[in-house]
Amino acid sequence: MGSKRPNRRGFLKGSAAVAGGLALGTAEPALGQLPNPEGFIKGTDDAVAYGERSRFVTSVRIAHPPDYRPSPDAFGLVFHVATPLQDSVGMITPSSLHFVGTTRGSFVPDIDPREHRLMLHGLVDRPLVFTMEDLKRLPSVTRPHFIECAGNRHRPQHKTVQESHGMTSCAEWTGVLLSTLLKEAGVKDAGKWIVAEGVEEVKGASSIPIEKAMDDCLVAYGMNGEAVRPQNGFPLRLLVPGFEGIFNSKYLRRIKVVDRYYMTYNDFGHLTRDPDVAALGYQIGPKSVITFPSAGQQLTDRGFYEISGLAWSGGGAIGRVEVSTDGGRRWMDAEIQGTAHRMAHTRFRFQWNWDGNETELLSRCTDEQGQVQPTRAQVAQFFNVPADPSFSVPGMDNSIQPWRIASDGSVHNGYV
Amino acid sequence: MGMFRLLLCLTLLAGSAAAQSPTYGVGRTPTEEEIRAWDISISPTGEELPPGRGTSEEGELIYRRQCAACHGVNGVGGSAPILVKREMEPDHPWDYGRILPIRAPFATVVWDYINRGMPLNREGTLTADEVYALTAYLLFMNDVIPQDIVLDAESLPKIEMPNRDAFARVPDWQPGMQRLPGYPY
Repeated sequence: MGSKRPNRRGFLKGSAAVAGGLALGTAEPALGQLPNPEGFIKGTDDAVAYGERSRFVTSVRIAHPPDYRPSPDAFGLVFHVATPLQDSVGMITPSSLHFVGTTRGSFVPDIDPREHRLMLHGLVDRPLVFTMEDLKRLPSVTRPHFIECAGNRHRPQHKTVQESHGMTSCAEWTGVLLSTLLKEAGVKDAGKWIVAEGVEEVKGASSIPIEKAMDDCLVAYGMNGEAVRPQNGFPLRLLVPGFEGIFNSKYLRRIKVVDRYYMTYNDFGHLTRDPDVAALGYQIGPKSVITFPSAGQQLTDRGFYEISGLAWSGGGAIGRVEVSTDGGRRWMDAEIQGTAHRMAHTRFRFQWNWDGNETELLSRCTDEQGQVQPTRAQVAQFFNVPADPSFSVPGMDNSIQPWRIASDGSVHNGYV
Repeated sequence: MGMFRLLLCLTLLAGSAAAQSPTYGVGRTPTEEEIRAWDISISPTGEELPPGRGTSEEGELIYRRQCAACHGVNGVGGSAPILVKREMEPDHPWDYGRILPIRAPFATVVWDYINRGMPLNREGTLTADEVYALTAYLLFMNDVIPQDIVLDAESLPKIEMPNRDAFARVPDWQPGMQRLPGYPY
């Protein structure tokens, strides 16, 4: 405390002395003690033991696609839920709001972690079985990584960024590097791929190249500082950073090292005839979207707004994000928040004064490899087809999303 | 003889030096039985296929009991994905659409998916014979195999699926690789 400034205690004492000397009948609150119109809520045992958010915060996941049937449906067909990106701040998605992709409706395996095992076998010198306790003894890493569903593609009919982009989320994952486990087992020279299988219905099991498995795949038991949530794979899941969502097998129980692409059902689901499309549907490209202001939101008045959004890429860390506030004529660098992590959501911000006129906001990103997020028109041009409404970006859709600001401040999907 | 032994020793030494040794010694070695019980992966050439056999006629009966309620009486018209191609003459069998028993490049994919994923909520209850029979029935219904063929671990991987050469291979992934070399964006 500097001696020139009266400290707070002295200041309050002085006020009390003045109030005590003057007040006789009226009970004015002491300085800094404004009345609280909401009062207090008594905590429940559950809320004290495991916190809950304010009743005024109502942001929730929604079905994906937005017009999809409610869960659980009779056949346990695909029922996905999308993250409310329009309400997101920072780069981490809360576990409760992390998107979920499933083939099993709302059902999740009920796994006792004391009984759970991970088996590593196939073309290895020493097949191994790990308990959860075993895995927690091994050297661990903690890394933020996004997971994005291949179905995360924006359409003209989408009314919010949650509908158009909500099938991506970013959590801080903790676990053992898959390379640690593979080295412990000793991969034979003939081992060129792995298939990683979960406990649930179709049991995951995409074919993953051994180079990727040895590079940065993570066998995760932790998510955002606690155990992985059941909807996200409790007690153990695979992270395949930057590859499309389906590779990240949940409820991980078996990894087999094999000598070739195994053409599992997951692999089958992504078959295509065009090698370019196959490549673009494999590792995720650089992608960004403005989350504020985004469709469905309302600018209250002309003047200052901080534009904010998320950028990510399967090719590494985000190197640059640009924003256009005039429909793509001029592009200016946005500020990247903190350190951009590899295969993680990266928050960007851009200072903007809205002049009250109709305009369009866009963002585009460049990753550490120099890959740039394209417009739909550029992708159509690459495939030599017209960019008409029937054109769907092949592979993973990482094209630029425009938001249209109307003169009344309402924000709309600019992809029409 | 002495020379042969020396060579054998050298070979064994070289072999053990090349193998990586465990660093942490955590985890236990599974038994052969444990691995067999857990390992349901089936490669395109079918090494892991279990013993058993089945025909399309047997498969039809199983299909009616176990599958028709969701997939429709003849593999169409149910609430679950269709399993039999529609009447059409496409330029390429790919254009029948994403129907597992005609789109799959290998018959092992059909066997594997029935085995691991079906029937819904009762996965793992079909016997190997039943999975061979159902695979035979679905492949017969899609005109991939004749009605009288017996499917087993020998014959199943030899089936030439109509789309066996149609699918594009994914790129050879390496760390730091761009998603599509030459892609301008």
